[in-house]
Amino acid sequence: MSTSTATPDASFTLDGEDVPFRPGETILQAAQRAGHYVPHLCWHPEFHPHGSCRVCTVKVNGRAGAACTVQAAAGLAVESSTDELNAHRKTLLQMLFVEGNHFCPSCEKSGNCLLQATAYEAGMEGPHFEEFYPDRPVDASHPDILLDFDRCILCELCVRASADVDGRNIFAIAGHGIDTHLVVNSPSGKLGDTDMTLADRAASICPVGVILPKRRGFAVPIGERRYDVKTVAEPGNQEAS
Amino acid sequence: MSFDLETAAAPAGLRRVAIDPVSRVEGHGKVTILLDAQNRVQQVRLHIVEFRGFEKFIEGRPYWEVPVMVQRLCGICPVSHHLAAAKAMDRVLGAHPVTPTAEKLRRLMHYGQVMQSHALHFFHLSSPDLLFGFDSDVNLRNIVGVIRAHPDIAKKGVMLRKFGQEVIRVTAGKRVHGTGAVPGGMNKHLSIADRDLLLRDADQMVEWAGDAVTIAKQLHAQNPALYDSFGSFRSNMLSLVRADGAMDLYDGVIRARDASGKIFLDGASDQSYLDLMEEEVRPWTYMKFPHLKSLGRDVGWYRVGPLARVQNCDFIPSPLAEAERREFIAWGRGEPVHATLAYHWARMIEVLHSMEVIRDLLADPELLDGDLMTTGERTGTGVGIIEAPRGTLIHDYRVGDDDLVTMCNLIVSTTHNNQAMNEAVRSVARQFLDGRELTEGLLNHIEIAIRAYDPCLSCATHALGRMPLDVVLQGPDGTLVDHVLRSPEGELVRNLAAPVGLPA
Repeated sequence: MSTSTATPDASFTLDGEDVPFRPGETILQAAQRAGHYVPHLCWHPEFHPHGSCRVCTVKVNGRAGAACTVQAAAGLAVESSTDELNAHRKTLLQMLFVEGNHFCPSCEKSGNCLLQATAYEAGMEGPHFEEFYPDRPVDASHPDILLDFDRCILCELCVRASADVDGRNIFAIAGHGIDTHLVVNSPSGKLGDTDMTLADRAASICPVGVILPKRRGFAVPIGERRYDVKTVAEPGNQEAS
Repeated sequence: MSFDLETAAAPAGLRRVAIDPVSRVEGHGKVTILLDAQNRVQQVRLHIVEFRGFEKFIEGRPYWEVPVMVQRLCGICPVSHHLAAAKAMDRVLGAHPVTPTAEKLRRLMHYGQVMQSHALHFFHLSSPDLLFGFDSDVNLRNIVGVIRAHPDIAKKGVMLRKFGQEVIRVTAGKRVHGTGAVPGGMNKHLSIADRDLLLRDADQMVEWAGDAVTIAKQLHAQNPALYDSFGSFRSNMLSLVRADGAMDLYDGVIRARDASGKIFLDGASDQSYLDLMEEEVRPWTYMKFPHLKSLGRDVGWYRVGPLARVQNCDFIPSPLAEAERREFIAWGRGEPVHATLAYHWARMIEVLHSMEVIRDLLADPELLDGDLMTTGERTGTGVGIIEAPRGTLIHDYRVGDDDLVTMCNLIVSTTHNNQAMNEAVRSVARQFLDGRELTEGLLNHIEIAIRAYDPCLSCATHALGRMPLDVVLQGPDGTLVDHVLRSPEGELVRNLAAPVGLPA
């Protein structure tokens, strides 16, 4: 996303505070650069905005919009951290949790998981909704990478990373509506039949525990994991790594 | 053959009394007693009426996840499952033995675990019965009553448990359900700050652990007639011991003694457990009955846990606990102590031993530094056996070339004691209940016998697929829609007319 030199008077307000922006920036980009935290999952600074998770929903002059896709403009009044919006965010997170099998207690991504950290930050204490308990087989066919599809939140970061950075197009989203799911582009549908490597950007971009390096597991002790050290709201800790 | 009082000869017309649920134990179980017109006991069974299914849902998961996942079997001694699984996965990877630093850190975690679990059991769950009397006022017979009447004892119990929990935290990252042990080693050292924090209180804890042994010992000395006979029966005893015969709760070889104390199995590799033992399913409970193959089901069952360990070893490798062990052995006057209530005494000797081990390990610089991980030639199979607080715990896995678990078999401590607990409640029923009008206090005697084994019923009901099942489908108005029973042989029978629930 191209940016240019800031114009001194180009600013909008975020929860009453002035936020300067550069031409072409979205509300989320400008807010983050100014040190604000707008919760989000599918947005990542290295990739085009996707606008699918809706966790970054803000009110712009009273109308709801995804902060990652709405262009910043002078004089906008943006609300983000309000009781109403935070309640909506929590509900969105709860729905994401029940749509997958997010068993944090035995998930190796725990403590490094953007979904878990965002839910903690949002004050989510339980799933609230009835669990879907999807049953999608684990793909362990690749020698170095494991896929646990039951944890996918459909952020498409892996799809974008594999296509835009790695140039391999290994991942895609298939199906519609409630049946939407992540698939592997290979004749067998198995990751072992692709040329993916651990060095691929797609191998490290997953914000949850779907794409995992094999045999690493719980190598990082509790207390030293990403979100043990800093919360998701702190600069540099707000996106998938 | 059925065991005495396991199955009534003529159940028709007998009066059924149920203790449901058994209280102050982990998990859900019930006792049913069948009485004839003269209140004579005809049948007594301890039923475990929950099931979990861990063995099944571990299949298909990556092996490195298992040591963390299996901790969720239990909230009281998760570390035992954590370490048994890690030890098994060491074997799967060929990463055996682990480095000295890793083994010492695991030992520290484990002895902290044994200490806190034993303290929890003795002070919180059992001391109300032992301090107030078996048929004392039920409103006082709880931990709050102990805190009011014996604040000093209660405080020591709470502090001992807290210390054990802190030992777990500094090695596993959390007091409950941490991640310290990984296949092939450990993921962290002990920090100097944490070591100093624990060392500050270690001597005090050793002293209080000694006080706990004294309390348990005095209970026996004050009422030997009751304590020696209550729920007593003769049995084999089985545990791990160190290769030189010392007590070892983390690792060792399998040893068993017969009821007279004679060693008839010794030095057996933990990897060969399947050659030694098998499990039997009985249709009235979800918990299986293990026994030694060589002796068969009728006489091959055994006891595990503190009572077995303290008597199975040749010595305890720490001086204060060893002195207490000698006193305990002397109590038997040349015969093994078979009294069910002696579990408490033996358990407190293990608390003292654990504290001595913890104190010594904390002073060992190798826990602060040194290699944490080891590697080896992968074998794909592995057994991990550990002496958990409640007894011998077995984890057995097979892992495919794709890193996913293809087979899991767990035999948990409480399961080994299944026959023994049933024998204990039958013994109590014969001695105290036969021919009498049942009161709450008398029924509590049954629970006291079960509690002595410190059973963890949740842990013991992990095997989905082999136990008898009774599944009832009810409509929203409570009407019976469907009723399916599965026999121990796996046969499914739909029978709407059958009585609901496992047989009394």
